[in-house]
Amino acid sequence: MNQNRRSTQRPILAAAIAAALLGGGCGFDTGTSGGGPDEPETEGITLYSGRIPAAIGGAVDSYEADADRDVQVRYADTADLAATLIEEGDASPADAFFAQEPGAIAAVADAGALARLPGDVLARVPARYRDPEGRWVGVTGRARILAYNRDAVQRSELPRSPFGLVAPRWRDRVGWSPASSSMQEYVTALRARYGDERTREWLEAMVANGAVDYPNNVTIRDAIASGEIDVGLINHYYVAQAVAEEGDDYPVGVYFPPGGLGSLLLLTSVGVLESSDRKPEAFDFVRSLLSPPSQEFFTFSSKEYPLARGVAPDPSLTVPLAEVPSVEGELVDLDELQATIELMQEAGAL
Amino acid sequence: MLPAAYLFVVVAGDLSDALSDALTSSTAAILARTLALAAAVTVTAVAIALPIGWLTVRTDLPGRRLWAVLCTLPLVIPSYVGAYLFVAALGPNGMLQDTLGVEQLPSIYGFPGAWLVLSLFTYPLVLLPLRGALRRIDPQLEDAARAMGRGPLAVFRSVVLPQLWPVLAAGGLLVALYVVSDFGAVSLLRFDSFTREIYVAYRSSFDRTAAASLGAVLVIVMLGLLFLSSRLRSAKVIHRLGPGTLRPAPPYRLGRWRWPAVAFCAAIALVAFVLPVAVLLYWASEGISSGATPLSRAAALGGNSLLVSAGAAALGAVCALTIAALSVRHPGRLSGLLERASHAGYALPGILVALALVFFATRLVPSLYQTTALLVFGLTIHYLPLGIGPIAAALLQVSPRVEEAARGLGRSRAEVFRTVTVPLTRGGLLAGAALIFLHAMKELPATLILAPLGFETLATDIWTQTNFGFYEASAIPALLLLAVAAVPVYLLSERGAARP
Repeated sequence: MNQNRRSTQRPILAAAIAAALLGGGCGFDTGTSGGGPDEPETEGITLYSGRIPAAIGGAVDSYEADADRDVQVRYADTADLAATLIEEGDASPADAFFAQEPGAIAAVADAGALARLPGDVLARVPARYRDPEGRWVGVTGRARILAYNRDAVQRSELPRSPFGLVAPRWRDRVGWSPASSSMQEYVTALRARYGDERTREWLEAMVANGAVDYPNNVTIRDAIASGEIDVGLINHYYVAQAVAEEGDDYPVGVYFPPGGLGSLLLLTSVGVLESSDRKPEAFDFVRSLLSPPSQEFFTFSSKEYPLARGVAPDPSLTVPLAEVPSVEGELVDLDELQATIELMQEAGAL
Repeated sequence: MLPAAYLFVVVAGDLSDALSDALTSSTAAILARTLALAAAVTVTAVAIALPIGWLTVRTDLPGRRLWAVLCTLPLVIPSYVGAYLFVAALGPNGMLQDTLGVEQLPSIYGFPGAWLVLSLFTYPLVLLPLRGALRRIDPQLEDAARAMGRGPLAVFRSVVLPQLWPVLAAGGLLVALYVVSDFGAVSLLRFDSFTREIYVAYRSSFDRTAAASLGAVLVIVMLGLLFLSSRLRSAKVIHRLGPGTLRPAPPYRLGRWRWPAVAFCAAIALVAFVLPVAVLLYWASEGISSGATPLSRAAALGGNSLLVSAGAAALGAVCALTIAALSVRHPGRLSGLLERASHAGYALPGILVALALVFFATRLVPSLYQTTALLVFGLTIHYLPLGIGPIAAALLQVSPRVEEAARGLGRSRAEVFRTVTVPLTRGGLLAGAALIFLHAMKELPATLILAPLGFETLATDIWTQTNFGFYEASAIPALLLLAVAAVPVYLLSERGAARP
């Protein structure tokens, strides 16, 4: 009896070990990527993407179709991928890197891991939306804005800039996410525009006014929708996507405060790895991301601003790209980002 | 040991500088708060697990196998999904408030919410090994104590509990380490924990050094907890001294306590398992129209999850048995160091473990980089300590004399290990493997970074679906994750360890 019982256990264990160790390199085909990893000598390229499949899928598909090449994608958090690329160094299997946050691609560029992009690629995007040294180029833009609950707040009540959120009437009604990189980038831009002193005062006043701390944009948006808070500082497209999902009666509205740095453009960007032995193909891929079909995919599907010249944004984006303020060097200066963290910590916001 | 070595490489030389950078007064305060949370959660988890473990192993509780499985499964729900479910259900303007139609509920944010949610999702870390240990207890001692006139409570306190200390200490250690290194749940519940410091440092600089020096603090905390736990597991003799095989313990008759006991198990299962699953089912029914996962894809995702988790569980059980056997049977500096170093992988955030493997694999074994084998290896390193505790506790309950007798009868060391030690510690071995398995199923950053290109699992699918904040869309992969995990949990904790 005892013997019998034991013998039923062993095969499970043995099979598991065998499956795991012999199965090295393979797995079940989940049917999303064109070719499996079993075909090492494809003509394709490898992309590390900090953006999820839904956000880039259409653009990757159109490159695969036009160029007749596979794109194999590693999806993960942008910061994790940046750290991985830096750790991999010359051994990186990646040919291109698509980053959601400007600081991440700057970190990879600073590590010397990105190649200079060809002039024709760079020329597709206005100079303010790309690296002055030509190592990465912006693909889409996302605006920091004020989101508000349309049932609880009249649009006319909203302040002209986030500086107005420290008024007593907004006490305990505002959500923000000091730990998220997009909020930190916004604070970095404030420092660049208004100086450290004024920024610190604003941060301290926000904390004193009971700004509610959320981990990220999504949780702020959901808290506004549920009525937990009335306004929040987030990226515009999170609201646009929820409207697309839930319909026009979704209770969260988007407001671009007109004064000063009321809103701010943040870039998603792409670069090609210096260590890649498929640079021409990778440059082609970047060209494809900046071509009208891909740029239209980005703006129609995720409601982001297309950055390539001559592509019109989705009609729902009523504020033209040129009117969304942007700052250039500071957001990709890691020392500046570091100084922002310290300032936020001193002000008690982080 | 690799993660520890990696930390050493990264912060090499100026550890004291790194530590003084890491330990400013504000981080010290946050660390203290995090440790307070860890202590509260650990005590609560033990308080939940102990009665459930005893009721489902040693009594005639109706439906005890069902309760055992239901009460173990909360471990598979990724903690950020769990926390999100709780916010959706119990938060301001959440489902409960809508149902009750009241203006306001007590806030679930901050310490109380983090305490509640983490306790409910971590107590199975104690429960699984505890059930194994309870099965191995010799009923003769209890009979003797009862024969000498002790009441049931006194018997439990003076005879049963002391035998359970090692396993409670090991499980409690895992709970404490889980709380200290958790990020997802605490950030959703707005509890400012130490891991958030690590993430902020790492994310702002994209630099491993800042994160690694804070990680070094976590490792030091872990060493402290390990020391505490090993004091509780001190070298008391708790194995049987008498000859013969273990007699199965007759179940206690609960009598009129039967239904209150069922109510207790049901209440825990309801909050920790049924409630989250109900919310997931509700979301699944809402989200089914907007692009449901095709069955073939779901099956492949489940297959991949099973493949890597089972691999990590099997490899982990073998390594953990080796380390536990060394440290229990040959206690000494070297074996102690090995056991402590192996815990580093669990105390650190998964991304640091992944980066450690990126660092070593690209330099030393590039051919293994981004293969399933390396992913399994990474998950094993990360979760190895989950196996060590239960297995060491099981070994302590096995008398070395049985092994010596087998040696005396002419068997080789390896044969004794295979034919005597392994079978006798099977319960602990299975509990350890189950714990590694359940954690590997839901691991995210390490899987995303280390997996072969295009290799997706249920956990990575949940991540993809929740990235834009449509948690509803993650309901189906999350339910599948539970379903896929339920089978091995049943096999490991029930059928495999059932009495003949």
